[in-house]
Amino acid sequence: MRAIAAALGICVTLLAVSVVLAQSRNADKPPAGAAPKYDPAVYAELQKAPEKARRRANPLQNDPDAVAAGAILFEQHCAECHGNAGREGKRGPSLHAAEVQGATPGAIFWILTNGVVRKGMPVWSKLPEPQRWQLVRYIQSLGGSAPAGESTAPKP
Amino acid sequence: MAPLTRLILFGSFCVSLLFVCFPPPSIAQENPYFVAYDHYLEEPGNLEIEYFSTFGTQRNGNDFHAYWAEFEYGATAWWTTEFYLEGQTTFNDSTIFTGFRWENRFRPLKREHFINPVLYAEFENKNGADKILKEGEGHDVESDFLVSNAEARKEHIHEIELKLILSSTFKGWNFTENTVAAKNLSNSPWEFGYALGASRPLALKAAAQRCTLCLQNFIAGVEMYGGLGDRHSFGLHDTSHYLAPVLGWNLPSGWALRISPGFGLNDNSHQFLLRWGVTREITGFGSMVSRLFGGRQ
Repeated sequence: MRAIAAALGICVTLLAVSVVLAQSRNADKPPAGAAPKYDPAVYAELQKAPEKARRRANPLQNDPDAVAAGAILFEQHCAECHGNAGREGKRGPSLHAAEVQGATPGAIFWILTNGVVRKGMPVWSKLPEPQRWQLVRYIQSLGGSAPAGESTAPKP
Repeated sequence: MAPLTRLILFGSFCVSLLFVCFPPPSIAQENPYFVAYDHYLEEPGNLEIEYFSTFGTQRNGNDFHAYWAEFEYGATAWWTTEFYLEGQTTFNDSTIFTGFRWENRFRPLKREHFINPVLYAEFENKNGADKILKEGEGHDVESDFLVSNAEARKEHIHEIELKLILSSTFKGWNFTENTVAAKNLSNSPWEFGYALGASRPLALKAAAQRCTLCLQNFIAGVEMYGGLGDRHSFGLHDTSHYLAPVLGWNLPSGWALRISPGFGLNDNSHQFLLRWGVTREITGFGSMVSRLFGGRQ
């Protein structure tokens, strides 16, 4: 019984830590219904991509399926933070911003690969390279008036 | 009601509650390893609930089925914390709760490198009947498991375990190497072990439509693990080693399945281990908890 009590104690501790972390993460977020806060500094990480990475071309640029595949990957891995079709989610900034849409495919790929670990974005190199390039195609397709996720990609 | 039964009932209730109350899960992108770790941590705010089993053969004794539940939470993008509950059934003997573990993994570097280190620290509170074989270390050998559950459970083990995880991803392949150092907090020497793993998705490009059986959802690989003796007698003598092909299947519904037949590589090892597991990832768990306590969203 002592072990069970200790186990439950640790569960409670874990819960408390998660609350503290979740609270601190939400502290910067506007209340529901408020206009999203636009902070250009959020996008500064894109500028940190090395020149060589920035110049990389997307090998799937002409792949007709890349946007649709990227839309599915986005929904599975990214929408939780960045919102549906990349319109600012609970934790991640909007991907419709000019900073993102104006970035080179290589810079977006570099961010996906390296994450922004200290600011909460995980490393996504666990997705194979072609899948990250498919995501890049999808993210760049969001720049039009109708995001590709709503027009060309299959619905969930 | 026996404590174990109460624990199982309580655990089942909690897990059911989580499954019912929380939002649809995201697809898990799990590596297929059972013992080795790569450098990928749980996404921040997500909770992964996992159940694993190990069936093992035992020469001159009773085969066993050990099982454990893991609750893995992404506290930040650089810190994952994990809680385990474990038990085992030894055939023709008994079923017992064997203890719990609390594990933490930290990613010290901000960016992705060719080799990515992760620091691992775990506290284990278990008894001598623990049979999950989650790691190979020291001079752990098959004959240690011949002791009956009634005897083995009398031994209380408080242990810390440290690992240096070095992992690399190259052209879709993941290669990982774990160095293990464990210390029983009673007066025992440091024990050492290793785990190696290599894995790759069966397809690197994602399909343009949702599918359950697409090759990209399967990850196959192999892992090898074993002990390296202790501080007083470092080396391979009187140690056990295993080689295990692994296969993982990440379903679009958010479930992930893994299976791995393992084979002992020397006479000190169990001849055969069969492991399987099921995983479900719940996104936004941290935010849910925050809302429960009045946090803004």
